[in-house]
Amino acid sequence: MSEREIVRIENMSKVYHGAAGKVVALKDINISVREGEIFGIIGLSGAGKSTLVRCVNYLEKPTSGRVVVNGSDLSALSNRELLKARQKIGMIFQEFNLLNQRNALGNVCYPMEIAGVPRPAARTRAAELLDMVGLADRAKAYPAQLSGGQKQRVAIARALATSPKVLLCDEATSALDPTTTQSILELLQDINRRLGVTILVVTHEMRVIEQICQRVAVIDQSHIVEMGDVKEIFVHPQSAIAKRLIFPQGQTPAGAPGGKTLRIVFDGLSAFEPVISDMVLECHVTVNILYANTRAVDGKAVGQMVISLPGDEISVDRIRAYLDERKIYYKEEPFHES
Amino acid sequence: MNHELSAAFSAAMLGEYGNGFATTLYLVVVCSLVSYLIGVPLGVILCVSDQNGIHPNAPLNRILGTVVNIFRSIPFAILLVVALPFTKLLIGTKVGNNAFLVPLTLSAAPFIARMVESSLKEVDRGVIEATQSMGSSNWQIITKVLIPEAKPSLLVGAAISVTTILGYTPLATLVGGGGLGAIAVQYGLYRFQNDIMYTSSILLVILVQILQEAGMKLAGSVDKRAK
Repeated sequence: MSEREIVRIENMSKVYHGAAGKVVALKDINISVREGEIFGIIGLSGAGKSTLVRCVNYLEKPTSGRVVVNGSDLSALSNRELLKARQKIGMIFQEFNLLNQRNALGNVCYPMEIAGVPRPAARTRAAELLDMVGLADRAKAYPAQLSGGQKQRVAIARALATSPKVLLCDEATSALDPTTTQSILELLQDINRRLGVTILVVTHEMRVIEQICQRVAVIDQSHIVEMGDVKEIFVHPQSAIAKRLIFPQGQTPAGAPGGKTLRIVFDGLSAFEPVISDMVLECHVTVNILYANTRAVDGKAVGQMVISLPGDEISVDRIRAYLDERKIYYKEEPFHES
Repeated sequence: MNHELSAAFSAAMLGEYGNGFATTLYLVVVCSLVSYLIGVPLGVILCVSDQNGIHPNAPLNRILGTVVNIFRSIPFAILLVVALPFTKLLIGTKVGNNAFLVPLTLSAAPFIARMVESSLKEVDRGVIEATQSMGSSNWQIITKVLIPEAKPSLLVGAAISVTTILGYTPLATLVGGGGLGAIAVQYGLYRFQNDIMYTSSILLVILVQILQEAGMKLAGSVDKRAK
């Protein structure tokens, strides 16, 4: 990953004037995406993230502010220049959006037709791209004959046909089952590493962010509430919305009413098991694990665990001392009845 | 009765059916071609200029839509009469097959424009957006996305349009035109020779069935969505 900036969004706002009056879709958005990184934008539906990603290729024109992609300010381009610029910004969608009357090869050829690539050259490249996404044998299949995952692979091959510098992914895995999601995420990661394509991922699923993104912007009610390294935000979510996305509702810990709980955060430096078992041994306490959500993030294990605290203060003090000593981040919270 | 039956299938009558068949085909083919030449661009403009289209233009859409609706709402028999001066101006006569083609086309083209518009509007908005994201111009979207993607629906529309045009051809008789329908009207309505009316009507029905079936088959065979 270089330090060169490939997408810069400056003070961008988007306002719609609808029947219901003025609707602010995006407010004061500032994002800088570095060349070669996978940058995530996460938010609940209606937060404005789909509008945001469409502003990056000017499918939606921002009301104010600037969008600079690969050195050119999109607002300064003529219509013709904008169409040319879009050829270097690939995009994939939740619903795949393949041309139903063209087979896989024809779909991958489409952007090259638009870019004026001669037909034989386009067909050769399309075949190579289909091979890269693992669909060499389905080149002649029509979208109706492909599964969701295969359709998204064709869409990825199509988006890469004109060798874009940036790939925009709008909820690209939201219509797929978990296994297929996994394989598509791996493909995106592979493309990012092999071709150096910068990827901008928009999603409402934290697992997508944690699995492939290096940095993330959390968007809520039209503006960015939090932005930074995925690990950082995962470990110390500041905003209510980030907390809610990391710990989806319904997964909050259950425990004895009136008791206290301790939220222990693993930041990827220490392994999970020894921390808890050592604590039990060293502090001579028994703890009840109420909730655990730990996973691998960018090669490191991070996550959170909630344990119920023993009733006596002496034991609690010992636990605090133990965690402090090992510089493990924790937070005591009263138990919330859900 | 015997005399009438033999009259319905006499050599002279068979010749008449043959001529009628040819005239009907001529009316349908010429009218369909010209109507499509007018109707497709109109339908494309109606679709593209719609507020959800790729190049919204509310005034153009409203004006064009109103014109199309006016022509669509005039009953054909009335249009036939109202258009007479225009017909005379355009082809120099108010009678005959070619004179009949003018009001027939005036009636069919707006109908086809709406059929084309509705077919093109069936193309998924997301697919259009995807092709926009690849830098397609509006013209490229029309020629490479809207029309090819709507092809099956356009063919179904064509089958309906052509058979509808066929259904109007008997009125050619009002301006001295020919065709199977005209034979049915002249012999059945004016001379009470029902057998001839039925024979020519059945031929007309068969023609409609063939065109409709062929159109639907073709539409089904080119559609890549359901395979």
